[in-house]
Amino acid sequence: MDIPASLRYARTHEWTSELEADVVTVGITDFAQDQLGDVVFVELPEEGARVAAGDALAVVESVKTASDIYAPVAGTVKAVNTELEAAPEKINEEPYGGGWLFRIEPDDPADRDTLLDADAYRVVCEEES
Amino acid sequence: MNGRQDELPTIFERSAPGRRAARPPRVEGPAMADLLGAEVLRSAPPALPEVSELDLVRHYTNLAHRQTSIDGNVYPLGSCTMKYNPKVHEEVAAAFEDLHPEQDPSSVQGLLELLGTLQDWLGTITGMDDVTLQPAAGAHGELTGILMIRAFHEANGEGAQRRNVIVPDAAHGTNPATAGMVGYDVVEVPTAADGEVDLAAMKAALGPDTAAVMLTNPSTVGIFETRIQEIADAAHAVGAQLYYDGANLNAIVGKARPGDMGFDVVHMNLHKTLTTPHGGGGPGTGPVGVKAHLAPYLPLPRVRQEVDGTWGLEETRSTSIGRMRSYYGNVGNLVRAYAYIRSLGAEGLANVAEMAVLNANYLRVRMREAGFQPAFDRTCMHEFVARPPEGISTNDVAKALLDEGMHPMTVYFPMVVKEAMMVEPTETESLQTLDAYADALARILQRAARDPGALAEAPTTTPVRRLDEVAAARHPVLRWSPRDEDGEAAAAAD
Repeated sequence: MDIPASLRYARTHEWTSELEADVVTVGITDFAQDQLGDVVFVELPEEGARVAAGDALAVVESVKTASDIYAPVAGTVKAVNTELEAAPEKINEEPYGGGWLFRIEPDDPADRDTLLDADAYRVVCEEES
Repeated sequence: MNGRQDELPTIFERSAPGRRAARPPRVEGPAMADLLGAEVLRSAPPALPEVSELDLVRHYTNLAHRQTSIDGNVYPLGSCTMKYNPKVHEEVAAAFEDLHPEQDPSSVQGLLELLGTLQDWLGTITGMDDVTLQPAAGAHGELTGILMIRAFHEANGEGAQRRNVIVPDAAHGTNPATAGMVGYDVVEVPTAADGEVDLAAMKAALGPDTAAVMLTNPSTVGIFETRIQEIADAAHAVGAQLYYDGANLNAIVGKARPGDMGFDVVHMNLHKTLTTPHGGGGPGTGPVGVKAHLAPYLPLPRVRQEVDGTWGLEETRSTSIGRMRSYYGNVGNLVRAYAYIRSLGAEGLANVAEMAVLNANYLRVRMREAGFQPAFDRTCMHEFVARPPEGISTNDVAKALLDEGMHPMTVYFPMVVKEAMMVEPTETESLQTLDAYADALARILQRAARDPGALAEAPTTTPVRRLDEVAAARHPVLRWSPRDEDGEAAAAAD
């Protein structure tokens, strides 16, 4: 199970990148994609949407289930990965790369520090598997 | 032309120019264009298949042989109540099939009396004061119920204030979808460890902005909400309405009534609890019962008995949410439900619930003995949720059941339980059938224990093997198009 040390994590299995050009990139973890199975459909938020931390922002659907994806930090949606609409399998193939979901400009960049680090997230995964 | 079982041609592929099932004599008379006007006539004939009667019979008989149905085998789909539909209902329904909804009420007094009586009975069964028979499915009933709740809040001047509908996380997807369609925000409350709604979370979610709470009892995991009275009191204390999703009514019919538990609105799935046909998408039937304070908002027309004892239709009522469906609903199914209630009576209906619960608990224990893990290890109602032992996937077990000639249970629902298998045998299955199902499941686990890869091949005896579910979901082909000589679809799929 791949849990990169450079990322931060939510208990609901979203990863959040470091702040880069005022935005953080968000996707679902390797553990999450493995639990979901083959992803067949992704519903993405609108660019420009204002979100609070914990808002359900996207939906990832696999053959066996559908999962809400929650905003890890409050802010404004600056970009969404529209490539996933035609190629949702990227979430399975590259969860930390081409499978990213959206980018948020955080209201307070320090909010990211309240998320779990890789070691703490590993414990969450072990509890759930 | 019959081909291999895995490649049945479509009826279009059986077509040959000029072939006919029947050749009626030519009729002399005015030309169609003179009767209807040339502008409504086709310039070219429609592309209908041209086949003989024998081709037609073989085509549909071969298709029917490939179906798994309740008439062929046990079909214990959890949350669906796939009980047997007694054949006598078809004969009763056939007695009414020549009536037309445009007939004057004076000429259909018998049918109107039947519908009026059914309204009363459904009200009695659910503990409600009034009932509409119009909605054409469970989800349509939900829409009808939540629209009435919205009309009620608006009439009280609270339309703008009440923005939320609360649903449990295990709810049928139709509950949040209904709330969303009516324009409400959905607030989800979690399931507690014992399988019931998390009461503290429910109380925290309730407030002056709550329009309604949608619940089913027993819940979607097949467990009776023992705290229902407390939930009802808490909902009513903040002015919210309590909605009963009748999908699980089979567990309590004749024994307990949603109205007595404090529910304000109930929909009933006649195609589940009251044995109207359920396969092939229906038509479903979802009557809705309400307490008196919501009756002014019931849809029109309403079947009612006039003061002189005759039966008629109420067509206007200013507070009504309006018409939810043409005419009076799926009347053929209403007749079937009437026949079912009439043949069972009150005692028979209570016996339905008793046997449905007994059968589910018997199968729950037998599956536990075989090695399946119950999601909630307590007495269940009419259905239960379990999962296979660690390392065996629910999907593999379901596919292996097909090789045993049996239909799988509902799989991967509810989503709050990993690898969920949801089993609802219903009261109509015998002890022998339940034992056969449990034995088949035990054999499957034994096979998997001997050879961990054994189930991956299943099913091996069905007309088609494992379908590519991922490709079907990612690139659904929803319309058949003719194939060219290479067997490729000639038109782009869409």
